[in-house]
Amino acid sequence: MTGVHDFSAPSVTAAIEIRGVHKHFASLHALRGVSLRVEPGEFFALLGPNGAGKTTLINILAGLSRATQGRCEVMGHDVVDDYRNARRVLGVVPQELVYDAFFTVREMLRFQSGYFGLRRNDDWIDELLHNLGLTDKAESPTRILSGGMKRRVLVAQALVHKPPVIVLDEPTAGVDVELRQSLWAFIRRLNRDGHTIVLTTHYLEEAETLCSRIAMLKQGQVIALDSTENLLRNHGATDVRLRLNPSHLPEVLRPMLASAEGNDFRLSLRQCGELETVMAALREAHIVVEDLEVSKPDLEAVFLQIMGKATA
Amino acid sequence: MTGLWTLFYKEILRFWKVSLQTILSPLVTTLLYLLIFSHVLEAHVQVYPGVGYTAFLIPGLVMMAMLQNAFANSSSSLIQSKMAGNIVFLLLPPLAYWEFFAAYVAAAVVRGLVVGLGVGLAGLWFVPLTLAHPLWMALFALAGCAMLGAAGIITALWAGSYDQMAAVQNFVIMPLTFLSGVFYSIHSLPPFWQALSRYNPFFYLIDGFRYGFFGVSDVSPALGLSIVGTCFLALSLATLALLKSGYKLRN
Repeated sequence: MTGVHDFSAPSVTAAIEIRGVHKHFASLHALRGVSLRVEPGEFFALLGPNGAGKTTLINILAGLSRATQGRCEVMGHDVVDDYRNARRVLGVVPQELVYDAFFTVREMLRFQSGYFGLRRNDDWIDELLHNLGLTDKAESPTRILSGGMKRRVLVAQALVHKPPVIVLDEPTAGVDVELRQSLWAFIRRLNRDGHTIVLTTHYLEEAETLCSRIAMLKQGQVIALDSTENLLRNHGATDVRLRLNPSHLPEVLRPMLASAEGNDFRLSLRQCGELETVMAALREAHIVVEDLEVSKPDLEAVFLQIMGKATA
Repeated sequence: MTGLWTLFYKEILRFWKVSLQTILSPLVTTLLYLLIFSHVLEAHVQVYPGVGYTAFLIPGLVMMAMLQNAFANSSSSLIQSKMAGNIVFLLLPPLAYWEFFAAYVAAAVVRGLVVGLGVGLAGLWFVPLTLAHPLWMALFALAGCAMLGAAGIITALWAGSYDQMAAVQNFVIMPLTFLSGVFYSIHSLPPFWQALSRYNPFFYLIDGFRYGFFGVSDVSPALGLSIVGTCFLALSLATLALLKSGYKLRN
């Protein structure tokens, strides 16, 4: 691929730096002092339920909206005071499926290149079209494309200027499995080449698989910010299903019990290492384990747990 | 400047792709005015000595077509982008607000001039025209198209719907053009309406443009151009201020 960037070198400049951002829409306090730092080369997820403020935050970052209070920088460029340089280093795939009905895919990509000051960009445009499976649609008017194809065009438009920081606001919403996989393969490749990726999605398995760090937003506040690994370890419960003979759970294991039905017991362990304690207690009580199934914690469970705690 | 040039080219291509609607349709409408009014009034009205009514009418119709189409170009393009949401393609790149302004106004000028040229050339089929002061004609043509291009941007920024947009076009722009002396000289009006016409900037555009053809006008072309220039400057400053603030675009 052409235009490979090396942003992996140690740097004091964050890819994205958000400090104390507040946003009011009339009486709605949409963002309540959000602070975040995304390092260069990270694959970062911004998660939260609908209305949490994810898109508002992205819009402020992209200059589509202005913060009531606080500051945002992209690669060290303030999005208000130094907006031209901030926008040059940022590519945003908007959530809404928008297109310009007058023009073909290639025309749209050429215009977008021009807006970013790039005159001759056809080699990269061809590469983008190829990687996003759009080559045979290059001369088609955007209005006749399917929803999935239009989504790919939006991704291509966000990448025409090879931005070091790419923000994808729910890029796979309403997109079929095949496109989703090819899109992620391409985005992963960009990340490997050093591009910083920030992703919002409601498909939590995507965030779990792709992202090394996650921020969770609720009602305009960051309620969790950690590596994916730490979130899963600290908040996720390992689920253990046991079939016991006789049908009896030792008293010491009662606090772990999530549910029981006949001989089947479901235990919720805070850490995988507690499994040894469970097996030891069962051996001591001369209870035979006829069947055992261990499920690793997933991000969906962690998400629900963190959101639930925040509500409580 | 690549951003400005690209946006200008995109705006030109946009109206060119629908030229039946953006060029041919206003051309035909204006020529119908010419056909009907010249047929009905040629033998009855002479506004300036030695200038027939059809010859008098043509510059007014050319200017009217230019003004309406320059306004339509910037306003319709911007309101469509706002309503369809694809305005985001212009808001995400590092385009300066003055580049945005310059590209939209320049494209509006081009469309105005293309339609105006078409009406003018077609008018030659009706009556031969001479150009007494081509430079004045060109200055008023450019100033008129640019002024209405800027007015179109302001209207589209303000409008929250196609309905509001159409209201400005039909209840402000259309009356101002029709009541500006396209079909008559303001000297033929009663004193009250004559005085009122002098508050209509479109009157100075039509009058000055006509001066370019016949060397005769209701007011001095220098005064007309300074009034038009002041209006253009005021509209431009207002448009630039709105674009800089992100009014109804960036929120």
